[in-house]
Amino acid sequence: MITVKNITKTFKNGDVVTHVLKGIDVQINSGEFVAIMGKSGAGKSTLMYQMSLLDHPTTGEIIVDGHNVTDLTHDERTKFRLDNLGYIFQDYALVPELTALENIMVPLLMQGRSDEEVMSIAKKSLEKIGLGHRENNLPSQLSGGEQQRVSIARAVAHNPKILFADEPTANLDNVSSEAVMDIFKSLHNQGQTIVMVTHEKEYTTYCDRVIHISDGQVVA
Amino acid sequence: MSNFKSSLKVGIFLGVRQLKRASRWTTGLIVFIMTLTFLNLVVVSGILIGLIVGGNNANREQYSGDVIMTTLSGKPDIVKTQDILATIEGNKDFTQHSERYLSGATIEANYKTRTNFNTKADTAGTQLAGIDVDRENDFSNISKYVIEGSYLNPNESGYVVLGANVLRRFSSSFGDGFDSLDGTYPGDTVKITVNGKTQEFIVKGIVKSKVGEVSIRAFITRGDFLRLVDRGSLNANEIAIRRTANLTDDQAKDILVSSGFDQYAKIQTATEAIPDFLNQIELAFGVLGNMIGAIGIVVASITIFIVIFINAVTRRKFIGIMKGIGVSSMAIQISYLLQSLFYAVAGSLVGTIILYGLLVPAFAKHPVNFPFSDGILVAEPSGTAIRVGILLVVTLIAGFIPARMIVRKNTLDSILGR
Ligand SMILES: Nc1ncnc2c1ncn2[C@@H]1O[C@H](COP(=O)(O)OP(=O)(O)OP(=O)(O)O)[C@@H](O)[C@H]1O
Ligand SMILES: [Mg+2]
Repeated sequence: MITVKNITKTFKNGDVVTHVLKGIDVQINSGEFVAIMGKSGAGKSTLMYQMSLLDHPTTGEIIVDGHNVTDLTHDERTKFRLDNLGYIFQDYALVPELTALENIMVPLLMQGRSDEEVMSIAKKSLEKIGLGHRENNLPSQLSGGEQQRVSIARAVAHNPKILFADEPTANLDNVSSEAVMDIFKSLHNQGQTIVMVTHEKEYTTYCDRVIHISDGQVVA
Repeated sequence: MSNFKSSLKVGIFLGVRQLKRASRWTTGLIVFIMTLTFLNLVVVSGILIGLIVGGNNANREQYSGDVIMTTLSGKPDIVKTQDILATIEGNKDFTQHSERYLSGATIEANYKTRTNFNTKADTAGTQLAGIDVDRENDFSNISKYVIEGSYLNPNESGYVVLGANVLRRFSSSFGDGFDSLDGTYPGDTVKITVNGKTQEFIVKGIVKSKVGEVSIRAFITRGDFLRLVDRGSLNANEIAIRRTANLTDDQAKDILVSSGFDQYAKIQTATEAIPDFLNQIELAFGVLGNMIGAIGIVVASITIFIVIFINAVTRRKFIGIMKGIGVSSMAIQISYLLQSLFYAVAGSLVGTIILYGLLVPAFAKHPVNFPFSDGILVAEPSGTAIRVGILLVVTLIAGFIPARMIVRKNTLDSILGR
């Protein structure tokens, strides 16, 4: 599903050059639930931004679902993300002026689906995560755990090929974290490819495989 | 194309919700600023131009009519006046007219109380107008402007109605260089002298109007005029004519010109008869009004720019996230365009309601008291529409630029706030 070929990522800030990724090769198969682990500053997030087309590597190639996405234009990347990828951020990242339901509707509308279809998919997604009764709440009227569940619903409503999550449970208490991980588990059982960055070893038990990163390189 | 359609849809979806869930106070304040800008754009130039247009309208009402024929320079009067009048009366396109007989005259007052010949006689030069009393009143409503005493009676002889500017108590503001009469109230007797021939008249009334031709003249009946001034003909000096709505001023003038009357009289439309300096002032006021309006536009566009800029900067993270999850830049820009458009449309709408519902009627009822006119508020719908258009375009640009600036920033940098 994803093939990462010898990518490097180097940041230049004036005279300061930081080599963050130092030649990484990763293969993620369709339907796999993969965890990326490593110390803080190891380059986990950076690697995920490259794989998920939010950034492009300094050198190397990335192939997603058979498409070499390394050289796509800005607009092509946006379209590709819309159609193929889903994102869950550590801080939920819901749009504050939109209700839970409306947040989920945005990517569906952007795909050009009909209003009825958008509405019915969004409602179903919200019910699946157990928040059907909160559809008209603004993010500020939801708990952190509820917001993260809405954010998952937004990420998967349009059936992305790959779901990316960067420390999705880092801001949550144990109960909420379990709830989020249970949703991941059931998505995984339905065949969803998931790439998750995490610090919490206990949650790697949900995963098929763990990729360890240290100092910009894959160590195991 | 389908991409544009969904961008438009999502842009509207986002824009509407942002507006709906924005603070009422902030939205109200921005709309208020847009309203003021709109009014500044329309009202300032509208009043400035209205000062002149108000004067021009009064001139047309009380003096010139739609077309005015005056004596050719160097000629004593309008030859063949009676033929001309017959033609005018026979043409259905002309609804009203008034012919006036004019002559320079000297008026002397207070001569009965003058104690010795060493003091200067109380005299004033004026233009004496002999009129058909009823016809002139039908034409110009002159009796409405009689502020003391009353208007002439067609069946009486020996009465004069004096323009207020002939009297010092009304014209003191013109300074001492201008001859005018002391005292002099209705019922007083004055001597009027034309070409060495003098006759006494009783002051019947005082007429005061901002139209100069009304306020500086002395009006007597046509009969009295012809007795006092030896003309030897019934040739008048001025014929003011009103047309039906079927004609324009120029068409009305053309009818008279093509009848050959331009050999006998100078024929001008009301607009042509307006002193050129007034037209110059109108032009200058128009430019001035537009300059003030332009400053208002700049202020409004900066306001919108700042509003959208701050909004977009504070929401930069969410703009990044939306782009991250696949929302096109165009959709986000459209959401901001929609917000700017809302501010401009709401401001123009409130402004238009205030303008036509409140200001225009209020100015019509209480005109601005200006020395040579009663200023009204001129706000032609076409001119207003153009200004609304300008405001919309400028606001859209002012909202689009900051939105684009923020939307173009790197997606990941926006998400991470770096
Ligand atoms: N734009 C940048 N410019 C310079 N250095 C950067 C930039 N972005 C990241 N880095 C550096 O790259 C390294 C890896 O960052 P990254 O965010 O990928 O770490 P991480 O493994 O996700 O850490 P954490 O567990 O704390 O989230 C860090 O040392 C960071 O300082
Ligand atoms: Mg990280």
